Amino acid sequence: MRTADTSQMTFSRIEPGAGLERALRMQPEEIIGLVANSGLKGRGGAGFPTHLKWQLAADTDDDLKYVICNADEGEPGTFKDRVILTNFADLMFDGMTIAARAIGAAKGILYLRGEYTYLRSFLEDKLSARRKKGLQGKDILNTDGFQLDISIRMGAGAYICGEETALIESLEGQRGEPRNRPPFPVNTGFMGHPTIVNNVETFTWIPCIVTRGAAWFHDIGTEKSTGLKLFSVSGDCGKHGVFEFPMGITIQELLEKVDGTDAKAVQCGGASGRCVPARNFDRTIAFEDIPTGGSIIVIGPDRDMLEVAKNFMEFFVDESCGQCTPCREGNVKLLEGIDLLLQGHCSMHYLKELCSLGETMQLSSKCGLGQSSPNAFLSIVEHFKDEIMGRTNRQAVGTSKDQPCQMH
Amino acid sequence: MLVSEREQLRENIERRIRDFGNNRSALIPVLQEVQLKYGHVSEYVMQVVADVLNIHPVEVYGVASFYSFIGHKQKGRFIIRLCRTISCDMQGKDRVARQLENDLGIRFGETTPDDNFTLEWANCLGMCDQGPALLVNERIYTQVTPERVHDILEECRKVFGVHTLQEKETQCELPTPAK
Repeated sequence: MRTADTSQMTFSRIEPGAGLERALRMQPEEIIGLVANSGLKGRGGAGFPTHLKWQLAADTDDDLKYVICNADEGEPGTFKDRVILTNFADLMFDGMTIAARAIGAAKGILYLRGEYTYLRSFLEDKLSARRKKGLQGKDILNTDGFQLDISIRMGAGAYICGEETALIESLEGQRGEPRNRPPFPVNTGFMGHPTIVNNVETFTWIPCIVTRGAAWFHDIGTEKSTGLKLFSVSGDCGKHGVFEFPMGITIQELLEKVDGTDAKAVQCGGASGRCVPARNFDRTIAFEDIPTGGSIIVIGPDRDMLEVAKNFMEFFVDESCGQCTPCREGNVKLLEGIDLLLQGHCSMHYLKELCSLGETMQLSSKCGLGQSSPNAFLSIVEHFKDEIMGRTNRQAVGTSKDQPCQMH
Repeated sequence: MLVSEREQLRENIERRIRDFGNNRSALIPVLQEVQLKYGHVSEYVMQVVADVLNIHPVEVYGVASFYSFIGHKQKGRFIIRLCRTISCDMQGKDRVARQLENDLGIRFGETTPDDNFTLEWANCLGMCDQGPALLVNERIYTQVTPERVHDILEECRKVFGVHTLQEKETQCELPTPAK
């Protein structure tokens, strides 16, 4: 097994500070125009156009606005933000600063997941070094009246806080339960002030786009999904790690690069993503086809798809915030269904009921967690019926695990 | 806990909340600091935090019980969190889990009788390319094998002596936890 080399990434060829310097010579509208021309969409997975979010926040009239970097990377199989924070933190902070300039924000918050507490002092050091260099604080790079102070706040081990309104709730000292939208954070965000929340990777692409130009980014990828993307690759393949590929790459091409061509399925987008079987490996990874926040889990020929589905459902049962019924109860029912399938006691009729429940959850859950948690179950049932139905007990015993499982 | 210790704790909490601007957004950082220092957030702490922030103590409990890294139960000095999510699962976390249970003599969710170790599951630690991964307090260990489990535990045990000594010598600003 080999881990990917970060020196191959575009980020390592962009000098920290250069993009920021250039951006500060531009008007805020020009910055947003540039991001619009690049076609950059949110790299956390939802794919919302970055410039639109910024424009909405820029248009609001408030003395205090916030730029929040979402480093609550909790999606199973995702670790690209960890690699960015470790290797390209300055580029990311440059991106936050450019965003602050574009929307007129004076405060920045890096929301770092509790599991990455070991990165905190490293990042605090980076921030104080930036302050000394005049890249943080008052009159950044001698730009009159442009001030930004970035602070770090820690998450406390809740996956749901990766959802932007739950993240804001958590910052405000509340349970991390997502809010109803609208109002959106761009109008009513942290402490009621206009707030943009972007992913670590989204911010890091900003100085690259400013340095190399919108056309450079726009010409890569597909029409609707432009640019490059970092992929966190793990599972049954020869090379693990973070890889940079253009958007629109087919799964087959990706598997060839990471030595995983014998895979029987690929889970794109983590636990909340979709399971793509081998016969669909010609599909592309793009917002218009198979979207992903970058998580690619390669599932080898010997894996039991039900065990995979079970692992995902256990995750969601544990991480559902419990606020809305479809998600809180639905995930438990789907997990029970997987146990029935493992024991070989699930009728086709009941399986159809479960699928219908999954579809109801997709429609009626309050936030992205419940809307996407049935994805893996539904896609595994759709593509691997032959493998999961009619199990005999002997098979079930061979694959089940007899160890305690903490649920709370 | 002695009355003087309680008073000192209250003062510390008041000061920290003031540092954060006396508003509710101080709640989680303050609870995290208490958690780090004492290994849990006691009912007394919840009451004090609620008083200072002028909210109902149940509001504090609601928040403290929501986050998996904040707890109201006393845990071990070393909390070992083994990642159970898919990539670590595929890379053999079950065998690491079994060895942890064997070497510590407890099951997941339990604390050793000497209050030194607590064993817990974690959801994705973001080390999927180097699994199985586990956190010991804030420290991350990757590519853990059943064989390495013993070394990791020994590393923790070595810290005990040094740790207790340091604590006595420096007498940190927050009092030592009451049993």
